[in-house]
Amino acid sequence: MNFVQQAVSYLLTADNWTGPVGLAARTLEHLEYTAIAMGASALIAVPVGLIIGHTGRGTLLVVGAVNGLRSLPTLGVLLLGVLLFGLGMGPPLVALMLLGVPSLLAGTYAGIANVEPTVVDAARAMGMTETQVLLRVEIPNALPLILGGLRNATLQVVATATVAAYASLGGLGRYLIDGIKEREFQLALVGALMVALLALILDGLLALSVWASAPGTGRLRGAVTRRNHVTPTALADKPAAVDGHVLR
Amino acid sequence: MHYLLTHLGEAWALTVVHLRLSLVPVLIGMAIAVPLGVLVQRAPVPRRLTTATAGIVFTIPSLALFVALPTIIGTRILDEANVMVALTAYTTALLVRAVLEALDAVPAQVSDAATAIGYPTVKRMLKVELPLSIPVLVAGLRVVVVTNIAMVSVGSVIGIGGLGTWFTEGYQTDKSDQIVAGIIALFVLAIVIDVLIVLAGRLATPWERGTRAPGRRSVVAPVVGGAR
Repeated sequence: MNFVQQAVSYLLTADNWTGPVGLAARTLEHLEYTAIAMGASALIAVPVGLIIGHTGRGTLLVVGAVNGLRSLPTLGVLLLGVLLFGLGMGPPLVALMLLGVPSLLAGTYAGIANVEPTVVDAARAMGMTETQVLLRVEIPNALPLILGGLRNATLQVVATATVAAYASLGGLGRYLIDGIKEREFQLALVGALMVALLALILDGLLALSVWASAPGTGRLRGAVTRRNHVTPTALADKPAAVDGHVLR
Repeated sequence: MHYLLTHLGEAWALTVVHLRLSLVPVLIGMAIAVPLGVLVQRAPVPRRLTTATAGIVFTIPSLALFVALPTIIGTRILDEANVMVALTAYTTALLVRAVLEALDAVPAQVSDAATAIGYPTVKRMLKVELPLSIPVLVAGLRVVVVTNIAMVSVGSVIGIGGLGTWFTEGYQTDKSDQIVAGIIALFVLAIVIDVLIVLAGRLATPWERGTRAPGRRSVVAPVVGGAR
């Protein structure tokens, strides 16, 4: 229990939080990497998922890309990037972006593809254009799954952003990597606790957004009841929300 | 590529370590998650507790858990057991959700029919509901295994990582071809294991063959997953 006590007392010392390499600065760096990487993967994964989900063409591409990218080891991509292109923000961000894409792509695609076909047909029958069908019917209905994908992706990226420190960058991984390297395991534990805390907070916030995004009234009652409760009024006001959530 | 071909022996040795680190947790996880899922499936409160706990466990970053575990369970720091225990926790957390999903996917008429022709509860579970849940379970298992294979390579940062060792070594000695070789080896490993699981799933569910309705969409598992 010795390490735990040391780690807790480190966390409770105000001096350790301030300054350019303090806990506060490291946490902000960590969040910055996460936000940029997630933004980049959303820019790729969301449009592709929307188009493929809407048209139903290229499903095999999604499955292949998701499985392929999932088996791509982030650490390997990161270290290779550093060796080829040198130190800097580029390699870690690309590696983290590639990590975020599969979950987000799978979530977006599955969300759109799982919208009740009768609802989509009804929208078309009412004279909506394809863009309107996508933006005003499919996206609002798919929002819980899209945000669920975003939640999974964010969780992975925030957890993995620690490896950026291995390539001489900042972030909370510094504590982990330096702590192990210098055999100061209480420092490593500080990093571990902070990352876990950050991940839990982000996950809670995103879980809340998934909950809030459920269309219709059957919010907390699972997908089947939810689909039965879809009403046009519940679909109208969501496109703005998806931008806000996905493009951070 | 050249590096991989000239170091095949080493690659094989690392692959064996890698597989041990990533697949033993899957076996233990299965042994815990399947009975647990079966037990809590119909009981709302334990079920919610189980899924909530699983959600929290999965939120903890793997590298953080690798480092924190020794202080919690009293193993040595930089011990293989830390990686195994951490991965077992993740695997169980992911699989228990997959098991619940899989059991929920069994049509109610089918279990009702089994009850009607006189199956007692346990026998119905073993002979009807579990076999019918295999396809969904296999989908979850694939994600878990691919995730585990990727996670083990992160362990190389703390000195335990199977094929991930080539990443850290290649980085320290400035050999990009060693890293590329590691990526290729891991990629191939993940695909081979994935295909093996799919084949095993097909073999275990002969009734699924050829009966797939044309309109039925197979959707990429959206909920589970997490290579760290």
